[in-house]
Amino acid sequence: MERVIVSMQDPDMGMKMRNQRLLITVIPHAMTGRDIVDWLIQKYTITEEEALHIGNFLVKYGYIYPLKEPRNLCLKQDETPYRFQTPYYWTSTRWPASELDYAIYLAKKNIRKQGELIEYEKECYNALHKRINHTWDFVVMQAREQLRASKQRRKADRIVLECQEQAYWLINRPPVRQIRLYRLVQSDRRATVVQSDVMLYMWCLPLKNKLCMFVWVCSFVKYCEQYQDHDPIMQGCLPSNPWITDDIMYWNMNSETVTMPTKLRVERWSFSFMELLNDPLGRKELLTYLEKEFSAENLCFWQACEEVRHGEASKIAAKVDEVYKQFLAPGASRWVNIDSKTMEKTLEGIKHPHRFVLDDAQMHIYFLMKKDSYPRYLKSELYKNLLAKAIVPQETKKSVFPFMRRQRHSSPSPALVTQTAEDNGKAKPSAAKANAGTASQI
Amino acid sequence: MCDQTFVAITFGPCDSCSQNKPLMNIYLQNEPVNYCSLCVELMACQGLAKGETVSTLRAESENLKAKLEEERAKLHDVELHQVAEKVETLGQFVIKTRRTLKGHGNKVLCMDWCRDKRRMVSSSQVIMRSAAVCVLQEHAVTMPCTWVMACAYAPSGCVIACGGLDNKCSVYPLSLDKNENLAAKKKSVAMHTNYLSACSFTNSDMQLLTSSGDGTCALWDVESGQLLQSFHGHSADVLSLDLAPSETGNTFVSGGCDKKANVWDMRSGQNIQSFETHESDINSVKYYPSGDAFATGSDDATCRLYDLRADREVAIYSKESIIFGASSVDFSLSGRLLFAGYNDYNINVWDVLKGTRVAILFGHENRVSTVRVSPDGTAFCSGSWDNTLDFNPV
Repeated sequence: MERVIVSMQDPDMGMKMRNQRLLITVIPHAMTGRDIVDWLIQKYTITEEEALHIGNFLVKYGYIYPLKEPRNLCLKQDETPYRFQTPYYWTSTRWPASELDYAIYLAKKNIRKQGELIEYEKECYNALHKRINHTWDFVVMQAREQLRASKQRRKADRIVLECQEQAYWLINRPPVRQIRLYRLVQSDRRATVVQSDVMLYMWCLPLKNKLCMFVWVCSFVKYCEQYQDHDPIMQGCLPSNPWITDDIMYWNMNSETVTMPTKLRVERWSFSFMELLNDPLGRKELLTYLEKEFSAENLCFWQACEEVRHGEASKIAAKVDEVYKQFLAPGASRWVNIDSKTMEKTLEGIKHPHRFVLDDAQMHIYFLMKKDSYPRYLKSELYKNLLAKAIVPQETKKSVFPFMRRQRHSSPSPALVTQTAEDNGKAKPSAAKANAGTASQI
Repeated sequence: MCDQTFVAITFGPCDSCSQNKPLMNIYLQNEPVNYCSLCVELMACQGLAKGETVSTLRAESENLKAKLEEERAKLHDVELHQVAEKVETLGQFVIKTRRTLKGHGNKVLCMDWCRDKRRMVSSSQVIMRSAAVCVLQEHAVTMPCTWVMACAYAPSGCVIACGGLDNKCSVYPLSLDKNENLAAKKKSVAMHTNYLSACSFTNSDMQLLTSSGDGTCALWDVESGQLLQSFHGHSADVLSLDLAPSETGNTFVSGGCDKKANVWDMRSGQNIQSFETHESDINSVKYYPSGDAFATGSDDATCRLYDLRADREVAIYSKESIIFGASSVDFSLSGRLLFAGYNDYNINVWDVLKGTRVAILFGHENRVSTVRVSPDGTAFCSGSWDNTLDFNPV
């Protein structure tokens, strides 16, 4: 959304704005509803209805606010004037809209002009007065100071600021819980049980995220749809479900060390970065790609950090030391590019190594790979070729003689695999031979 | 252009605590300063009346709880099944039991799949068995205690953990020699002051997460048996836990007899989120495959889906005809289906998005104690008090 707003404000290609008259004073840089809609239609070549829809969202989220009827948050396609909200108040800056701020704002309004508060604002004001009574002096003092400072500004600017603030508060009604915590923390130290109860309530949703609910709920539908083809219980699996036909071809084709993976498996790597990393074959492919890009040390560093995090407690110090020598020391052979602050913090922490000392650095590298290397890998020739060559297994024909049971072989135990790698090499061909004997066509 | 002239510093070092946080511009003695919101609150609270007792705080806590529910209810605009109306309805499922394992001599209490998708470990009142599925049982280990309520397979597939009424969680390495006495190699890892209800390995063989009837969960180092982190916050027995499949892999959810499901941060031991809408003990919790939500099965005969980002319950799976509690839940690979085993000997399969029941499975002759989908989603296994384990693909 912000990209749209920024491009709207572009001096050459953006909206045409002119001074509008509101009551007596002239408001600079305002635009009409019709202009907004027209500009959206023209810039994005969409229909009028869609432009109106988008425009409405911009207003509802607070990026544009109406001047004439500030409480009516919708976009009217006529001469009603609108203005852009300053970035200070954008929802994305995540400025915590606390009770205290709201109280100060209402107090300011009250002082400025008695009776200007409307019904629900009066209610809020009284409720706040009761609730945060202990800080009321502070609130009033702040309100007075802010009013005094604003009197020193030009009238037009003052009106603009007032409008902006008013628009902001109309969108955000603050949560009512934050201030509670600090009260309790300061008062009774014995009430630990109650305190920990209350601490939980800090983590509550501000009401302004109401619109995000819809997005979250939709994400479940999206996830299910995306994975539907990969769910054997829903769609069945090719060549066949091993539990039904006793044919373990499906497991063999999807095992970790197969040379050519199935198409579904390769597709799954494009769903999320985590899918790619969780699949050992995917990880190998990514490493090959990164080696071409000369950034393989990122993945190696990430893997080394995972080992530290999940490994034995007794070996942590040694492992951390190795990681430092290989990846973090100045002039190291596989030096990773971390920003200076994280690097400083990590180096400081390495002096007293513990399990999570590399977490910040690991997180940094992980997101670096996710935002940068991963999308490029998905667009690369390497991935595309693999996808094109990947196998789509054919469904095995049902055996003609239903009473002939296939031999059930015990799969090689993982304990066996770790103990003797050679035996593993021998076991696989023999299992493959046994399956080749049965009538399945690939 | 919008006004840039009066833009204040919105992010940076706070003037009083010098941490980098979003800032507020306030006036102190007629001077404008930049404080972070925490410092503002603390400053504003100075000089408040002391002498609040535990009872007044408790009353406040109850008040806040009520307000919280109110706020949450306000967000109740969008329901999952409304959004899912556009999704295709699932056809009738035909699920047949393909294989039954009858090796246990007693009630089957718990089972877990190995990551190789074909092996599993199951525990019962006396014995813990590990079995490769195309062939029947491979190993059996007699446990020293009567009820083995929790068992888990390590990610490498070489080690098994289990525990129960002995208040401990023990780890057994698996070996090939069938004659070898596995019980001799056992290693005690976790020690609780009450029975062990659930255990699970984190991403490696080296760390074990356990939950217990003493109301706590704990994270242990397998090698040394040391307690790495403990999680306090339940006010009654904790019955089950599940690790989040997220990128950072640092959280898990636990459900207990206090009707609460809590989400914890493994690193700090903090309780991040709490959900209390069930009307009775929560028997089982399981994360949705994407990690953004989790489902719970409870003695109040319902299963519910909770969304972590929205911080509320988004769906209830219940029917008037179901009056027995759900003992165990698990999702299919895509998260579209929820398999739930009940105490009325059935397994109900729910459509997660639409909230409707898709199939019922009969076949057990006693309570279904555990339901688990295999790691690649090809089949699911149910264990029951009638001493059998059933495998059901579609």
